[in-house]
Amino acid sequence: MENNAELLVKNLCLGFEGDILVENLNFQVNSGDYLCIIGENGAGKTTLMRTILKLISPVSGTVEYAEGTNSTDIGYLPQQTNVQRDFPASVWEIVLSGCQNTGRFFYSAAHKQIAEKNIRRMGIEDLKYRSYRELSGGQQQRVLLARALCAAKKILLLDEPVAGLDPKVTAEMYELIKRLNREGITIIMISHDVEATLTYASHILHLGERIFYGTKEEYLCSKH
Amino acid sequence: MFETLSLYFSHPFVRYAMIVSVLIALCSALLGVTLVLKRFSFIGDGLSHVAFGVMAVAAVLNLTNNMILVLPGTVLCAVLLLRTGANTSIKGDAAIAMISVAALAVGYLLMNLFPVSNNISGDVCSTLFGSTSILTLTKTDVRLCAVLSVIVVVLFILFYNKIFAVTFDENFAKAVGTKADRYNLLIAVMIAVIIVLAMNLVGSLLISALVIFPALASMRLFRSFLSVTICSVIFSVVCATLGILISILAGTPVGSTIVIADMAGFFIFYVAGKAAGRG
Repeated sequence: MENNAELLVKNLCLGFEGDILVENLNFQVNSGDYLCIIGENGAGKTTLMRTILKLISPVSGTVEYAEGTNSTDIGYLPQQTNVQRDFPASVWEIVLSGCQNTGRFFYSAAHKQIAEKNIRRMGIEDLKYRSYRELSGGQQQRVLLARALCAAKKILLLDEPVAGLDPKVTAEMYELIKRLNREGITIIMISHDVEATLTYASHILHLGERIFYGTKEEYLCSKH
Repeated sequence: MFETLSLYFSHPFVRYAMIVSVLIALCSALLGVTLVLKRFSFIGDGLSHVAFGVMAVAAVLNLTNNMILVLPGTVLCAVLLLRTGANTSIKGDAAIAMISVAALAVGYLLMNLFPVSNNISGDVCSTLFGSTSILTLTKTDVRLCAVLSVIVVVLFILFYNKIFAVTFDENFAKAVGTKADRYNLLIAVMIAVIIVLAMNLVGSLLISALVIFPALASMRLFRSFLSVTICSVIFSVVCATLGILISILAGTPVGSTIVIADMAGFFIFYVAGKAAGRG
């Protein structure tokens, strides 16, 4: 593995109930990269993300993290589920649950500080005691991002973070993610929005008939 | 009125019934919030029918203490049902409906084929609606119920944060390394235990009420998970107590009176929620 590699994917073969979606996938994500995964619906984007998170195991091949990183250092922003839309929980409870993997029964003062810090980082201090279900779509995404950051020390994985948001909030969300990237967090994001991808990402992974992996510049050249 | 009540409460069996119902109301409300939010409102109904079926099997086998069979049988079904969320060919609600109807049919059939007493419809009715069995509790039943309830409450408090995390977002929980399946299993086992205990109180048809009414009522008024949980427990205990007192004074069946108290409580919370503009 190269020096600053954060994630190394080797000969990965992804599938779902016997169907092979993606074959022979090789790429490497370095520390500080901003990788966007694009492709048609059903091309295996979410399957790839779930494999990286070790929620499902690959058909063959490997996903390796840098030494010292394990799956508990990774933050994840999943797509919203139906269950969450009317869930009675305060913003504080949700953000704090980002610290859940502690091997203890209750949260310590240190965990509460981490949660406070990430609430400030996302600019949602004034929502702290509000109920999640009363928030707008953009505010909800900020809450879930703050929760992901409580878990993320190095890498943040986002599954279509702007789905269902209006253009103004979408732009704010992208700026927020870019800022986190500048602060040193490696970003891996699934996106449908090719235009925004080309503005913000440093690397592109295109899944589908033709698999492409490279920097944004290489991707633009390969288009012509 | 107070004289009637003090007369009743001088009998140990009335006191036992009271203790058991408060404990069961408390436990079912604790887990109810999670089950309602996880879209498993009907698991109470399904599992109680399973317990009814297993109880019929135990009766046919002439077991003196049918708990030996009913508790493990129901726990097993609960585990199977809550697992269906993941990767099975028959999905959640359909699986619950299927198992509950099947268990009900098998139970009733067995009771008819091998009658243990000559009043089958009476037996069936009391298992379904609870009726008198709450007043025939022995000291051992009360002890068993108390011990199991305390275990459920302690486990719930210890794993409160994990239960919240798994209920709110199972994918995130798994992604950051929480053993979500283990906690789902824990929830399944706890709810099965509560349902078997609650069958004495309200019978198998009305158990869902104990699970869903407190949670739904609290969600009208409260906004955080903790406050909803605490409010459901208080709501449930108050309604169970009121229900029993009314049933003693008015001579109505215990189970249905408790459920009607829950319904009335829900209505009050619903109106209050609308008035506060949160409904």
